[in-house]
Amino acid sequence: MAFASIYVPDFSIQAVVRTELALQQQPIALVDGCPPLEKVVAVNQAAARAGLGLGMTKSQVQQFIPIAIRLRSRVQEQAAHAALLDLGWSVSPRVEDTAADSIVVDLAGLTRLFGSEETIANLLAKHASDLGLIVYVAVSSNLEAALHAARGFPGITVIPPGEESKRLGALPVQVFSPPAEIIETLERWGVRTCDALAKLPLLELSERLGQQGVQLHQWANGASLRSMILAEPKLCFEEEMALEYAVEELEPLTFLLGRLLDQLCARLSARSLSACAIHLLFELDASCDNESSPPQTPPGRLDETKTYEKLLTLPVPMCDSKMLLKLLRLHLQSDPPSAPIVHIFLAADPAPPRVMQEGLFLPSAPDPEKLELTIARLANVVGNSHVGSPRLIDSHRPDAFQMCRFMPPRDAPRIWQKSTGVLGKCGPVTAFRVFRPSPRAKVTLREGRPVHISFSTMHGEVTAASGPWSTSGEWWREDAWHREEWDVEINRLSVSSTNAIEKSPSAGPPKGVYRIYYDLMRKAWFVAGMYD
Amino acid sequence: MAVNVAALRSQLETALAGRVPAPFARRSIQVETAPFNIAEIDKLTGGLPHGGLTEISGPFSSGRATLLLSALASRTAHAHVCALVDGRDNFDPYSAEAAGVKLERLLWVRCRNIDQCLQATDLLLQGGGFGLIALDLSVLPPQAVRHVPLNVWFRFRRAVENTSTILLLLDQESNAGSCASLALRLGLESSRWAAPQTQRTLFFTSCCACLFGGSQLHVELAHSRLKSATGDHKAQSFTRMNATSHVANFRTKTMWSDFRETVIETK
Repeated sequence: MAFASIYVPDFSIQAVVRTELALQQQPIALVDGCPPLEKVVAVNQAAARAGLGLGMTKSQVQQFIPIAIRLRSRVQEQAAHAALLDLGWSVSPRVEDTAADSIVVDLAGLTRLFGSEETIANLLAKHASDLGLIVYVAVSSNLEAALHAARGFPGITVIPPGEESKRLGALPVQVFSPPAEIIETLERWGVRTCDALAKLPLLELSERLGQQGVQLHQWANGASLRSMILAEPKLCFEEEMALEYAVEELEPLTFLLGRLLDQLCARLSARSLSACAIHLLFELDASCDNESSPPQTPPGRLDETKTYEKLLTLPVPMCDSKMLLKLLRLHLQSDPPSAPIVHIFLAADPAPPRVMQEGLFLPSAPDPEKLELTIARLANVVGNSHVGSPRLIDSHRPDAFQMCRFMPPRDAPRIWQKSTGVLGKCGPVTAFRVFRPSPRAKVTLREGRPVHISFSTMHGEVTAASGPWSTSGEWWREDAWHREEWDVEINRLSVSSTNAIEKSPSAGPPKGVYRIYYDLMRKAWFVAGMYD
Repeated sequence: MAVNVAALRSQLETALAGRVPAPFARRSIQVETAPFNIAEIDKLTGGLPHGGLTEISGPFSSGRATLLLSALASRTAHAHVCALVDGRDNFDPYSAEAAGVKLERLLWVRCRNIDQCLQATDLLLQGGGFGLIALDLSVLPPQAVRHVPLNVWFRFRRAVENTSTILLLLDQESNAGSCASLALRLGLESSRWAAPQTQRTLFFTSCCACLFGGSQLHVELAHSRLKSATGDHKAQSFTRMNATSHVANFRTKTMWSDFRETVIETK
């Protein structure tokens, strides 16, 4: 049985850097506290080399010109910790959540899956790098030894069984993070390394330092025995970012969203999952009120609390951050936030990835991911409500249908009848074109029958008519209808030059068959559409 | 002049010998087609060419939308995903369903102007994978469609080339010209009005109890680049052909016409 301990050095700094990869090579100082009393709480090695120390004030740090100063972000630390746990669960279900910056993974039985312990350690380091974290990994048969080796040795350390004491011997006693008074005592005794501590007689150490001394002695010998405290696997994929300056433009916002989506997708991939929906929540700058925004608040926006929410439901589970970013960008373009953004929250609903084998006899169809992108682009051109698949509504109301999200079924074709129309044995069904909205018409009646009609830019004689066909419904509603419909054939159509049907010699005399109706509610004639 | 052309041709053939086999030979590509599911038109045209642009033009009530619905019904019945770019938001889902179109396989893009139509078509062609993309510009003013540069139709044709997509263009007058693999011109011959047996009179058109029963339409094959399955070329142009060989008539019916027995035509 072996354990792998994963430790994230400079955790607070890495939590910030993982969403801002450009900072990786730069000296960074994290400050915390209420302005103007902000003090340095963490520095990376480059900053320490430049002379920065913990507890310095922000104004002191600002004297160091190339130093990047960032606010400590607890939300980003939480996200980094969640990513660290995902890293553990990517190889084993048995993970201990030891501290914010370290976890322990049980490697029992994993050598058959991934190879030797060293291979697993390398794999973990690589996966961590994908998640934007630089980690130290130590493998040992003793859990505590693995933990302390990860904290003490950079890179990858594999301790063979029985050599724990020997390998840990060179480490300073501070690696065990003992209380300050114990460190002071050990310092006075001249005990600075684990090796020196391990050589102390246990009984005398116990008399002078109590149980804490005994525990330190066991750790230094690599002989401490304890069981793992297993963390319950969570399927929670959230990333947040608090912005120092409000973002107004779409371009920088896309850049920030891209970083968060990269992290989110890396975490999902680590767990072999995809996203079936993306929740987007922006906290808006309350001090900025966009007066030019429309008075009607569309669903999804909660302007009272100055937040902006959007739910991107995906037709198939996706884990491609670039594709998701394009979709989010298109949605934001069509419905932008009403004020600058100060906080970004992004969450993914996990789902098993799409595993599908196309049927041999199925015709080719658009790739679902590409189709979603195409539909989002189309919605950007014509509007959200103008793209989709029509669904008929069970109603007698004329032209009653609703637009649904376009998700073509992927089943095999079922051809029961010839496609010449469901009613069909003699020719195709005459198509009808609906005029939306119905143009108003002037109709001349003779003996109750239309004989002449003019509408828009057309007018002509009625040569055949069928009607009136009375239809009405939903009288209890404000938009009730009551109309008398006629099917009419109009001959000798004439059209003005602006919207012309030009007479073609080959087409013969222009004529058309239309459906007109008299609206009894509005007391006027309208043209419902045309048979074509 | 003819001698010079022949000499030039032989010179070119000699120069290109070994590099280009038969540089002046017309290459005819066997194109797969899909049926309209209207026997008369399928017999006349051989069907809708895959990977090509088909243009259907004609005045109002000439049956363009009927042909469109028939093609959509044929494609969606075979589980193809289709898209309709609707130039003026005139598509009627009820008659589409009556025609046999599987609406769940149809992506309907409701445009307001020609710019939106062209942009939407571009996006759909880029997306790929559609069995049929129909661009319906038949209710837009012909002047607006006439102003679409010819290179747009070339671009559309190039986009569908070597794919299995059928691109269908509906307008009032032919605009795509030589970009179209198949061009049809439709016209309304007559409309049919059905009267009940008891009210059958010579002057039934004055009787308001009759029903519109469908239309008699004629279709003219204006242009085709297809080679039929039997190997014979469909003519490139029909100016020199027998007028009857590229014209057909067909009837349409209304959703309710199966319930009526008497059908009398008006001329």
